[in-house]
Amino acid sequence: MGELSQPVLIKKGAEACLYLAKWYDQEVIIKKRMPKKYRHPKLDEQIRIYRTIHESLLIHEAKKAGVPTPLVFMVDVKNSTIIMEFIRGSQVKHLLGIVSVNERLSLCKKIGELIGKLHSYGIIHGDLTTSNMIQAHDGKVYFVDFGLGEKTVDLEARGVDLHLLKRSLQSTHFKYANECFEAIIQGYSRVFDIGTVRSVLDKVREIERRGRYVAERG
Amino acid sequence: MKNSEYPAWRCFKIRGAYEGYCLGIESTADDFSIGIVSFNGEVLANVIHAYVPPEGGIHPREAARHHAEVAEIVIQEAFRKAGINPRDLRVIAFSQGPGLGPCLRTGATVARALASYLKLPLVGVNHCIAHIEIGKLKTGARDPVTLYVSGGNTIVAAFDSGRYRVFGETLDIALGNCLDVFAREAGLRQKPGEPFGAIIEKLALRGDLLVPLPYTVKGMDMSFSGLLTAAISLLKKGVYRLEDLCFSLQETVFSMVTEVTERALAHTEKKEVLITGGVAANKRLQEMVRSVAEEHDANFCAVPSEFAVDNGAMIAWTGILAFIHGITTPIEESFVRLRWRLDEVDVPWVS
Repeated sequence: MGELSQPVLIKKGAEACLYLAKWYDQEVIIKKRMPKKYRHPKLDEQIRIYRTIHESLLIHEAKKAGVPTPLVFMVDVKNSTIIMEFIRGSQVKHLLGIVSVNERLSLCKKIGELIGKLHSYGIIHGDLTTSNMIQAHDGKVYFVDFGLGEKTVDLEARGVDLHLLKRSLQSTHFKYANECFEAIIQGYSRVFDIGTVRSVLDKVREIERRGRYVAERG
Repeated sequence: MKNSEYPAWRCFKIRGAYEGYCLGIESTADDFSIGIVSFNGEVLANVIHAYVPPEGGIHPREAARHHAEVAEIVIQEAFRKAGINPRDLRVIAFSQGPGLGPCLRTGATVARALASYLKLPLVGVNHCIAHIEIGKLKTGARDPVTLYVSGGNTIVAAFDSGRYRVFGETLDIALGNCLDVFAREAGLRQKPGEPFGAIIEKLALRGDLLVPLPYTVKGMDMSFSGLLTAAISLLKKGVYRLEDLCFSLQETVFSMVTEVTERALAHTEKKEVLITGGVAANKRLQEMVRSVAEEHDANFCAVPSEFAVDNGAMIAWTGILAFIHGITTPIEESFVRLRWRLDEVDVPWVS
């Protein structure tokens, strides 16, 4: 792996371990998808390899859509490892609770606009949660963790993407989930025309109603 | 375990002030069950009478007819087992939702009749929350991430700020439903005491070829319907042995729920994993979830089968928790709630 030194484990997530290291004098993140003991080895390998390749491709594609993502320096498919740029900043998850109402809403609008850019470019993130968005010190919001993403312009996929974000807001930021989601949709509307936004939101409602138990409304 | 060690005692201000018994009625789907539980958490009776359809899935009306027919004998049996008198009861609890309309209404009718005849307060209980609460009572878990997998539900939930929050769930059909439909398509027959899940588990033990099936985790949510269609079409092609298909089906769907459970565990950093619901009896699923729990230094708590399936004791126990926190359901508000989500319910007894 070349000049890699002092890898320090900074996050043991459910799927991958993140190490902070120096690579040719540059601070990098090493993201290694760990083999899961519980999964059948064949299934496990397929999933890890698929997601590793997929994630690095989508991180690259997202830049073309105008969405900040880390630079990918190296992909080691065999070890399901990606070496990428380290983004200095704060997870949006931690920011939402501590900033002022106005800052929160403008941050959400910005996030909505970025999601709009991804979707209009045909990228579905697949795991839109506030842990997967980092606001860098220069104010730019970076999107990470594209492992569950896909390339499609399908309305259903866009709907699921936003539905998952809404659900994640409700479980993590339930106090202001609604206002955040509304602001996100405002940002999203900067990218798409009103008709498209409406059809995506209709889809989101349809997906909600499809859920096992949802109070029947309107 | 002495009574004083039951977790519920922690919320009692005056010890002994809440003595009594609760009768709980469960009738959300194919089981009709009556549980009698004392206020200190002792289960005196838990009688379950299952409706087994002659063929096909559960027809709500037929299941409801079954419930109405067996209600009387199940209630009598429960009192006989508990060794108490109806006059010893202090509250009646019933499963108010979510579930199948006709089945829920049958249980609710029984509950209203008992409550008004015995002049007792009524408590409508959320079925999914009852699964979590009896699981905590029976395993000693205090604040777990719960994986609830059954024929009607696939939910990963954990407590946060006054409510159980849903971290992941199915976007379409339940995991147990997926297994059941596959089993029926394969021409398997379930018997009382041996549900489809158990038959598939047995067959899977004799399979070893992993057939690729769609693995659909979307964020924290899962989808099983496409996977089911793919599995059925492979079955109809007849290229693979049924044992291998059962094996692959189990490996794939269980990996999906385990992955979501692990993500919830990593996210919430809780130290317990509770697994409940009818599918929780599956040894392979238990093994997978246990492995994830160990990985995250969390305790693995599997709810004993009698209390993991739909049962009246869980309704009675949750009814008690609600009742001692001042929650009762007036008759005029005791209509059933077919789509009542567990994250819509305040749970003041959890802190």
